Amino acid sequence: MNPLDLLARLGRMVLAALAAIGRVALFGLSTFSHMLRPPYYPREFFLSLLQIGWLSLPVVGLTALFTGGALALQIYAGGARFNAEAVVPQIVAIGMVRELGPVLVGLMIAARVTSSIAAEIATMKVTEQIDALVTLSTNPMQYLVAPRVLAALITVPVLVGIGDIIGIAGGYTVAVYNLDFNSAAYLKNTVDFLEPLDVISSLVKGAFFGVIAATMGCYYGMQSGRGAQGVGRATKSSVEAAAVLILAANFVLTGVFFSL
Amino acid sequence: MIKMDNVHKAFGDNHVLQGMNLEIPKSSSMVIIGGSGTGKSVALKSVLGLITPDSGEIYVDGKPSGSGDRDAFLARFGMLFQGGALFDSLPVWQNVAFRLLRGQLKRPVEEAREIAIEKLRRVGLKSNVADRLPAELSGGMQKRVGLARAIAAEPEIIFFDEPTTGLDPIMSGVINDLIREIVVEMGATAMTITHDMSSVRAIADNVAMLHGGVIQWTGPVADMDQSGDPYLDQFIHGRAEGPIEAVR
Repeated sequence: MNPLDLLARLGRMVLAALAAIGRVALFGLSTFSHMLRPPYYPREFFLSLLQIGWLSLPVVGLTALFTGGALALQIYAGGARFNAEAVVPQIVAIGMVRELGPVLVGLMIAARVTSSIAAEIATMKVTEQIDALVTLSTNPMQYLVAPRVLAALITVPVLVGIGDIIGIAGGYTVAVYNLDFNSAAYLKNTVDFLEPLDVISSLVKGAFFGVIAATMGCYYGMQSGRGAQGVGRATKSSVEAAAVLILAANFVLTGVFFSL
Repeated sequence: MIKMDNVHKAFGDNHVLQGMNLEIPKSSSMVIIGGSGTGKSVALKSVLGLITPDSGEIYVDGKPSGSGDRDAFLARFGMLFQGGALFDSLPVWQNVAFRLLRGQLKRPVEEAREIAIEKLRRVGLKSNVADRLPAELSGGMQKRVGLARAIAAEPEIIFFDEPTTGLDPIMSGVINDLIREIVVEMGATAMTITHDMSSVRAIADNVAMLHGGVIQWTGPVADMDQSGDPYLDQFIHGRAEGPIEAVR
């Protein structure tokens, strides 16, 4: 291939990527501006709270429980190599609260909520329900997007907090009932070791991940192509984008909190 | 009156509308016919502002379409979508009363429900469908609910996008009769797009044929059979041979 053709193709790809980032950024800004101004749709908002928060609890809880348990086993086995088995409570606590809790909850929300929002909105687009909303003097950004993103902004940090606690409880269960740790000492070590900033970083990450997950679902749903294939593609792309952005945001936010 | 003046719209290389001109007098029923992909839906959605034309002007009662207060502009319109476009998560009565439960036309919930049930009766549905979900209704019933929603706020202008597509001939006849009755009763301006020639004869005062991105022929429905226009003649008689190339 001609080197100039290769360069041109590369240039087009970079421009397309920048254009996509610009579109997502504008969509995000538009979403926030619609969240701030009336009309508000409380029914849509409370339904979204239920869908994103309450109905995600089982999957979030189970994920955190098993991860906390596995983490305790791993740390115990690894720590035993240099006689440091006693650090299990501290490492489980810091690992769950600062890193695994928010990231796993974020990824679970991307899998469960982003896909469901994208599929729902894409289907509404394909079946002209979005056009119908407009003809009924209702702004789809205000009616569909803003309540979902706001609900995710509020509920995902709560889910992360609950996930952190359940994850620590998973580690506690394994440590106390399988590895013969003293129950009171385990809990004391956990509480003493955690700092307020650890918890704050966890909840802030949760808020960012919630916004990313809901925004990606709404964005790809609204951009969906025609037919079943369009809905499928929108759903797949939304989950991919949300997962990658959550991991990237986690890296950036960890850096920010690490520097504090 | 609705006036489309030299309207152009392209999607990539596909120039759908290439200078469309059309006038729809107030309180009349215009039916736009034409083959699939000729831009009938694009024309209809352009008037509502769901699609922005590349060039040309659209006027509603002498004012540019979409100018001024957007909510007030849209409140003048009702639309029946091809597939009904009912909101799956809402019961039938809330679909019908959607506009009456929020925005500028908001009414108390009980009053909105009563209006919804009255409109459902107007389109031949019993009040017991009001609390059912759209997915529990047949295609014909969904179309009627869509029609009830289109007329719920008593709009001045009603658009019908393929109102009989997917319905059996008897249900198509019922829907055509309902549309005609409602448009006459409300004194509304109606714009319908369809392939269904029985719909055209039942609903239309005037007919326009869209082909090649422009209005190929327009006139009263009574003149349609003697138009002498080879495109219109081929279309209304469903002939494969003629100036319109059928993709085989």
